[in-house]
Amino acid sequence: METDIHEEIIIADPTPLQETWFHLKKNKAAMVGLGIITIFVLMAIFAPLISPYDPNAQVIDDRKTPMFTDGYILGTDDLGRDMLSRLIYGARISMTIGVVSVGISLVFGILIGVTSAYFGGVYDKIVMRLIDIMLAFPYILLTIVIVSLLGPSLLNAMIAIGISQIPRYARVVRASVLAEKEADYVLAERALGARDTELMFLTILPNCLSPTIVQATLGVGEAILSSAGLSFLGLGAQPPTPEWGLMIASSKEFITNAWWIVTLPGIAILLAVLGFNLFGDGLRDILDPKMRN
Amino acid sequence: MVKHILKRLVLLLPTILGVVTLVFFMIALAPGDPARVMLGERANAAQIAQLRAELGLDEPLIKQYGLYLSRVVRFDLGKSITSGQQVAEEIGKLFPATIELAFMAMIFASVLGILLGVTSAIKRNTWVDYTTMGGALFGVSMPVFWLGLVLIMIFSVWLDLLPTGGRMNIRYYFTPITNFYVIDGLILLFKEGTAKYLVSAIQHLILPTIALGTIPLAIIARTTRSSMLEVLQQDYIKTARSAGIREKRVIYRYALRNALLPVITVIGIQFGLLLSGAILTETVFSWPGIGKWLYVAIGARDYPSVQGGIIFISVFFVLINLVVDILYSVVNPKIRLQ
Repeated sequence: METDIHEEIIIADPTPLQETWFHLKKNKAAMVGLGIITIFVLMAIFAPLISPYDPNAQVIDDRKTPMFTDGYILGTDDLGRDMLSRLIYGARISMTIGVVSVGISLVFGILIGVTSAYFGGVYDKIVMRLIDIMLAFPYILLTIVIVSLLGPSLLNAMIAIGISQIPRYARVVRASVLAEKEADYVLAERALGARDTELMFLTILPNCLSPTIVQATLGVGEAILSSAGLSFLGLGAQPPTPEWGLMIASSKEFITNAWWIVTLPGIAILLAVLGFNLFGDGLRDILDPKMRN
Repeated sequence: MVKHILKRLVLLLPTILGVVTLVFFMIALAPGDPARVMLGERANAAQIAQLRAELGLDEPLIKQYGLYLSRVVRFDLGKSITSGQQVAEEIGKLFPATIELAFMAMIFASVLGILLGVTSAIKRNTWVDYTTMGGALFGVSMPVFWLGLVLIMIFSVWLDLLPTGGRMNIRYYFTPITNFYVIDGLILLFKEGTAKYLVSAIQHLILPTIALGTIPLAIIARTTRSSMLEVLQQDYIKTARSAGIREKRVIYRYALRNALLPVITVIGIQFGLLLSGAILTETVFSWPGIGKWLYVAIGARDYPSVQGGIIFISVFFVLINLVVDILYSVVNPKIRLQ
């Protein structure tokens, strides 16, 4: 008898993570997205082990080799570099871009959002006004401006993308903190003598993470797209980095005679972004039904 | 209503002031001396000092800011470093090209997006719905510039159907009248009786329109679908159906009207975003608009042009958002009557 009761308790009380996973498993699109993300992450981690060639090694005799020829599965580019190896290494760069820039927006967005909702008053008014001004700039334009001020490089592109996304995260976090801050459990903690920082980041924040996680997942895909755009304009990664956007930019004159050099990196971007969008949409449906439009 | 609009306009002023301020200080604090950029590498110290004095760069930053503000208020955005032309004039000349493209892209995206969204909602959970929504998901996941290049590859290089870039066949002797080439083409059709300018203008518009319009198309289709699904569950739709009104009429007359409310907002926001998205599209298609111009100005560190261009696009973006808000309250009685 005793064991039966014990088992029932376990079934009745799954952790939030288990519960999310339970719902997520039933969402086919989200699982496809997760699968794509996993493949790209594995590619990024094991790039040196799985890529058949050095991504920057130029074989002059093998320039613009078509796909499935002479041992090059995806052909070579205009300098005779193996496309497959460059695409695999590109996964490394794009995943880094996603994590770093979303990390920047998350840290600052959470700091700004939590404090302005928690303290309110004049501070909140000023911060929200600044956020409004930042949102008055079209997002792509803001990244381009920041990057052109900092100087073109991959790191600066990540910083620029991170900064220009802060307003969105700050707003999402602020809205959910506002909804939580008068809740009974917060008041109870306060009555027990918790300090402001404890209340903000240990008591309230963990209960506000769902919409932020959704935003961050979709944000990774958007960051990959934006950085590809910046690199295409010459404001992001610099040659010979195997960044997907840069690969498209530097081969655009070959669309007349070597279509795969332009097409393949675009497909890589498309798939990676698709993965994060599928997974993010699925997460949104489960974690935050209110956000569905 | 008028009071509401006036109030919104007044509230807009601090935002615009904030935009101008932010742009000014971002550029002013940027590394590099504009005077040195203007004069080039071979300039000597005396020349640079002279130009700095002329440009007012030796004044305290606050004074420079005050001067800049007083000029911006009078729509004076300074002179371009590279061309020596008035920035406001250059923008005025290039803006029609961008607006023409953005407008076409928006019509393409709105018409097709609403159509696909409604169809998807009516045929919910059929292969039509799955294909459309799958396609929309691909649409938002695609890099715009790559789509542009692939379109050029297929339709210009392989099929040789459409031009690769520009706005008009360069072999035609063509003097722009309004700078909106489609309108110019129409004028010339009536004045000179030849359709070749109009045809060429439209041919040059097709690929950039598709490239620029794909993301908004996908977003509009998704919004229309979910909004339509929500409306179709409402009681008044059930009432209309049970009253024996034909299904087509229920959908297009009763449901779509209310379902379009959130779509209008999305269309407005996307239109504002298009102007900056045009930077990539215009670069790919050598489209001589404000996006490509800004891209060149950034590369040349032409600060007055960059400042002016950004302020212009941002203010335009803010104004469009305002128009959308007002439009929304006009069509939505719930807000209008508040």
